[in-house]
Amino acid sequence: MTGGAPDGHASPPPIGREDVVHVARLARLELTDEEVGRFTGQLAQVLAHAADVAALDLAGVAPTAHPLPLQNVLRPDEIRPCLDRQEVLDGAPEVEDHRFRVPRIVGDAP
Amino acid sequence: MSGTEWETVVGLEVHCELKTATKLFCGCANSFGDEPNTNVCPVCLGLPGSLPVLNEGAVERAMRIGAALHCEVHPSVFHRKNYFYPDMPKDYQISQYDEPINVGGWLDLPDGFRVGIVRAHLEEDTGKTSHLGGDGRIHGADYSLVDYNRAGVPLVEIVSEPDIRSAAQARAYASELRAVLVAVDASDGRMEEGSLRVDANVSVRPAGSDTFGTRCEIKNLNSLRSLGRAIEHEAARQVALLESGEAVVQQTRHWDEAAARTVPLRSKEEAFDYRYFPEPDLVPLAPDAGWQAAVAGSLGLLPAQRRARLLALLDGAGDGEVSAAQADQVSAVVDQGLDDLVVAAVSGGAPARLALARAANEVAADVEAGRRLPVADFTKLVSMEGDGKLSASQSKEVLGELLGAGGGDPEAIAGQRGFEAMSADSVVAIVNEVVAAHPDEWGRFAGGDQKLMGFFVGAIRERAGSSFDGKAVSAELRRRLQEA
Repeated sequence: MTGGAPDGHASPPPIGREDVVHVARLARLELTDEEVGRFTGQLAQVLAHAADVAALDLAGVAPTAHPLPLQNVLRPDEIRPCLDRQEVLDGAPEVEDHRFRVPRIVGDAP
Repeated sequence: MSGTEWETVVGLEVHCELKTATKLFCGCANSFGDEPNTNVCPVCLGLPGSLPVLNEGAVERAMRIGAALHCEVHPSVFHRKNYFYPDMPKDYQISQYDEPINVGGWLDLPDGFRVGIVRAHLEEDTGKTSHLGGDGRIHGADYSLVDYNRAGVPLVEIVSEPDIRSAAQARAYASELRAVLVAVDASDGRMEEGSLRVDANVSVRPAGSDTFGTRCEIKNLNSLRSLGRAIEHEAARQVALLESGEAVVQQTRHWDEAAARTVPLRSKEEAFDYRYFPEPDLVPLAPDAGWQAAVAGSLGLLPAQRRARLLALLDGAGDGEVSAAQADQVSAVVDQGLDDLVVAAVSGGAPARLALARAANEVAADVEAGRRLPVADFTKLVSMEGDGKLSASQSKEVLGELLGAGGGDPEAIAGQRGFEAMSADSVVAIVNEVVAAHPDEWGRFAGGDQKLMGFFVGAIRERAGSSFDGKAVSAELRRRLQEA
């Protein structure tokens, strides 16, 4: 992800309304036409900022996976108490046979 | 293209549920078959404010798998794979994406064929959905029920190179991989419980071509049998398309075991776009050299090494070549974890082929009891049979009692049952009687009709009862045949 134009002056990748509609669809957001226009402008600004970083010479810099200087945070493989099932299912909109009942699924599991 | 010879190309993705006590990111029990939604907590239910913490036992097992498959351990990062489907309440699955823990490697099949391993990465399993109402299949269902006990159970996904060239080879790979996963204590290997799930990427190409054809991914392969059949059917479907001038469309297909065909999964209009991004709630994983060395050193013998150890014992016994049936017995005994018993019995003086046969046949019929069977008792029994103190059928009967009782003195049991092997005199006497009773058959046998060997052995067996000693009887029959 250290892309950018070779001359160091990267221009942000163009973003159009159709990209915003696509991303909104992936996130299951329903946007009005007015919102699509507003977010297209805002996302273009965000991408322009990312392009500033992309323009830097980052060869030899390892990608940052996490802002904390930590690795290997682990817990022992020991069982801890679970939640009470009734308490869990009380929060569900619909329950059948001690399971969460969900509406008809359209499409296949990814 | 008719008349073209086609080559099948297969790569497999095997999902292995790890045999940990707890889930990958929370302390809920990892347990199959419990009451629905009893092993759930805020983390695996994706409740707001909950945070995942990585299970050390899962990392350890992932590293054991990597070591057994000759992979390199790399520093790795977890990503979120985003999708909307109710099997994950978070609406994403935590998985390793472009920086997996195990990279590269290989698995050698029993026939020596080497299959390359691309990667073996950690991820969490999803919940279990059941589709109800309508016709009960997903598209016709009225609604679905979800059990999150399995959500968050640790998985290692092992991705092979597209090195496999036939359905039989795919089965051999899955079978050997399963044995390895069980041997390194990573998996219980129970395909019927979903502990191992296989997806197959299948394509065909004209034999001799070095470019790949368009592939289809087949899901829902829950047994070795399904795996083999699905690959055969899918390859035939693709060949038929190509031979009729049509193209193979890259897609995901579902194996329908009952109808014996693959059917396309209905995809949404857009391709899946999982928007992977690094999981901000987890830090990178980078096992140091010390941990890696400790894991590699704790592996124990792998199935291939265990088979080689038994074959060496058979070779060393000096009584002839190892037959195909004996090689099968070696594989079966290793698969069932009974090879240590055989090795111990042989080092205690029992004859190797007999120890192998009793383990592969009688002990394997009750593996649990076999694991409790004291080695000394098994060794003594096999030695008695080897020395001719017990006939094969008597030995099997005593072994049955040893297995049932969790051990005992074979000599005492044989004594209680009044067992003694046929004496040389009684063998000769019974053979005499039987030969005299069937002069016509004997004439034909003596004239070279080998099929009658079975007839005489059977008749003698009937007369001798449980003291029947097949080895002594066939030797006596052959001796008389030479005299005849």
